Amino acid sequence: MQRRTFVKAGACALVALAGPPRFLVRAAAGAERQGKVLVAVFQRGAVDGLSMVIPHGDPGYTGVRPSIGLKTPKRGESDRALDLDGFFAVHPALAPLLPLWQSRALAVVHACGSPDTTRSHFDAQDYMEAGTPGVKSTPDGWLARAVQARPKKPSPFRAVALGPQLPRVLQGEAGAISLTTLDRFDVRAADDAGATRRGFESLYAEGVRDLLHGTGRETFEAVKMLRSAGAARVPPANGAEYPRSPFGESLRQIAQLVRAGVGLEVAFADMQGWDTHVGQGAEQGQLATKLREFGAALAAFARDLGDRMADVVLLTMSEFGRTVAENGSRGTDHGHATAMLVLGGGVRGGKVYGRWPGLSRQQLFEGRDLAVTTDFRTLFAEVAGTHLGVTAAPLFPGFTPPAPLGLFA
Amino acid sequence: MRARALAALALTAAATLGAAPATPDDGAILHALGRLTFGPRPGDVERVRALGLAAWLERQLAPERVGDVAVDRTLGDLTTLAMSIPELLREYPRPDPAMREKMQGGQMTRRELMERYPPEKRPARIAGELAAAKMLRAVASERQLQEVMVDFWFNHFNVYAQKNDVRWYVSAYERDAIRPHALGKFPDLVRATARHPAMLYYLDNWVSARADFTIPLGPNRGKKAGLNENYARELMELHTLGVDGGYTQQDIVEVARAFTGWSIERPQTEGRFVFRRATHDTGAKVVLGQRIPAGGGQEDGERVIEILVRHPSTARFIATKLARRFVADTPPPRLVERVAAAYQATGGDIPGMLRVIVAAPEFWGPKARRAKIKKPFEFVASAVRAVGATVDAQGAYALARASAEIGEPLYEAQPPTGYQDVAEAWVNTGALLARMNFALALTSGRYPRVAMDLPGLVAGADPARPEAVLDRLLAALVHGQAGQDTRAVLAAQLADPQITQLTADDRGPARTDVARLAALVLGSPEFQRR
Repeated sequence: MQRRTFVKAGACALVALAGPPRFLVRAAAGAERQGKVLVAVFQRGAVDGLSMVIPHGDPGYTGVRPSIGLKTPKRGESDRALDLDGFFAVHPALAPLLPLWQSRALAVVHACGSPDTTRSHFDAQDYMEAGTPGVKSTPDGWLARAVQARPKKPSPFRAVALGPQLPRVLQGEAGAISLTTLDRFDVRAADDAGATRRGFESLYAEGVRDLLHGTGRETFEAVKMLRSAGAARVPPANGAEYPRSPFGESLRQIAQLVRAGVGLEVAFADMQGWDTHVGQGAEQGQLATKLREFGAALAAFARDLGDRMADVVLLTMSEFGRTVAENGSRGTDHGHATAMLVLGGGVRGGKVYGRWPGLSRQQLFEGRDLAVTTDFRTLFAEVAGTHLGVTAAPLFPGFTPPAPLGLFA
Repeated sequence: MRARALAALALTAAATLGAAPATPDDGAILHALGRLTFGPRPGDVERVRALGLAAWLERQLAPERVGDVAVDRTLGDLTTLAMSIPELLREYPRPDPAMREKMQGGQMTRRELMERYPPEKRPARIAGELAAAKMLRAVASERQLQEVMVDFWFNHFNVYAQKNDVRWYVSAYERDAIRPHALGKFPDLVRATARHPAMLYYLDNWVSARADFTIPLGPNRGKKAGLNENYARELMELHTLGVDGGYTQQDIVEVARAFTGWSIERPQTEGRFVFRRATHDTGAKVVLGQRIPAGGGQEDGERVIEILVRHPSTARFIATKLARRFVADTPPPRLVERVAAAYQATGGDIPGMLRVIVAAPEFWGPKARRAKIKKPFEFVASAVRAVGATVDAQGAYALARASAEIGEPLYEAQPPTGYQDVAEAWVNTGALLARMNFALALTSGRYPRVAMDLPGLVAGADPARPEAVLDRLLAALVHGQAGQDTRAVLAAQLADPQITQLTADDRGPARTDVARLAALVLGSPEFQRR
């Protein structure tokens, strides 16, 4: 079978009806470089890219997934795969993202992944977050390096991870902070919290420059700024409703930080539970439930930020994809390439990017997995380069990106 | 023969504790307590000094000879701990979907539902009590090293308590597969976890079958089943060889084939190991170059385990993880070599490996002192121990939640890697604030079932002399290990009228707010380290 490139424009009749949201118009008009925000979302556990963005036009898709394959799209039917461009479709649980696709705010990069062939969750996540496939000794994460490559700003909120731990991707010298809940991000003493806060602050102000003291100093700068900005009190706008889940809460709070104007440049959130070895499900079931939460959160985020999305790009990633064929337990095992989403201002959406490698057996990686045709670094470098204005060299050492995918206008 | 001789050598070396100081100062004893226990309680340093470090270590390595009556009594309140899997499945039934539908349909009020299905009868109680028990033991057990190792091995052979049926299996898993071998032989841990329903379920081996097996009966009758690689991969990557241990994707397939048939009998009523001959792949397998002939049945999996636990990569991987836990985030390579050699010589004897570590100059060297950041569970337990608090079952529940708020919900690490054991995983802004807030809540009495006598910690110091109170507190909580900067900052805090309250006529200090001062000490950089 011929290898083919999926760069289709105007395949979707609905586009004409939807009309571009205002933020895209603003982005196209060349909004200034100030205040750009990149939001990275990690689907931990290796999302099945073939069920998230389904290659229903590939004859190799038929039959390899007897119990977990998605029903191919039919116009007007919402309980099966929803067509994007005649070849690809999205999972019906991602229906809330369709308007963003139709208004060309959402792009897909398929068959994307790592040049390293590990199928270990831990190693693959480590490589993707460090930005150095195959190299474990990289001391910091690529998003931390992206922040460092930008002009220095005084804000303690330049890089923020939502969650109980600072992820590998933001570890390093960028002074990234992590938090779970904005409105609990303070010293909570029964009385005279101010004095107690100052007490703790001075304990970390002096002494050796190690991880602990450095983090302590960043903590109190952030606490003070957050109190004065009142970010925790910013309600969702435009009627956005986030799913009530840790991931929904993460995106809701990132939007609060964006709108509070605390100097956010890079934000990170993750969602667990994509490791669907058993009983993955098709239109309904385990993966569908996860995707529903995922899609609803992304859609709410775009809606909440409204015009402000012109300055925001949200990029999703996962450590690898899953086997093309369903395994013996109506699930999928660890595979290779997956699909990643790019959403926001300046994105030339409504299009699936990347060369499609095909699903026939001889086209598969090691005879079982979707082959990688876009190195994740190509995608990340293009997003960071265009949106944040940083060059690929410090982000991905030793990597020279090939021609860009053309994701941005 | 040679292995036995080497083992004997390792044991002799242990008796003298190698590089340990012959007459350890308080710093050395504190270092040992920080690494081998969940932190010193008031009086612990003196007790270890009286007993001698070597004798104390040998006691800790033989927990069956250490009495633990008080803890056992409190554990008696956590009734699910001793129950078998079938009992738990019967007593804590899964929610009846019909009942939920009734409530959603309005035929049943929320209150009626709560009455019919009260929280204390729900399966969540099982993992909740297990988390409380873990905290209680860490705080109060006399068998401290055993509890450290149970935590370590559970994390090494991690299962996620919230994954469906694991909810009913998780307490039995720790009790029957991990705890009995925590200070035993490493291969026994692999054998016990491999056939435990919690692991079989968590890593999906229970549904793995030979390729193209057709399900003969039940609701899925006629459907195809087949190989599931999940357990095979993690067994090699995380449990034994390590990710760079020299296996290939083909080895994973072969190991998965060997373990086909290792399953769970009636998961929702019995939940015990069963070997299903019908789903087993009877063909020959080649694992790491070693041939397992056709027709081995259940023994195929056992053969695989023997190949893996004898492999030098396993010795090195286990040695690395132990050295990381007990010495430094980046374990000294020469020490790892010696611990791996002890593994090889003793067939993976855990006390043998621990003796090599504690006898090592790398363990006692200045670079190792206070080099480890406490993970949240360790931090919470050590704070409670430092103030000499006593805890009942309810208090332990609350402390387990505190560990979750600081970033380590107990038994809830979802990925098979478990929790990380390096500083970078635990030191971040949000977690650091949560630690300070825990210190405040603990010392100001916001944990009502955690009883402590803070004034008792500074007994003898004149309350009208705040500096004397501070020094007594620093001695009690960090045993003089606070840096000059910390001491100075805390001394400056004494000027705060909230901390040092004056007499009514303003003529001098009347009272020092020990609780607030103690919170500052427990939230200080020094106390985050062990």
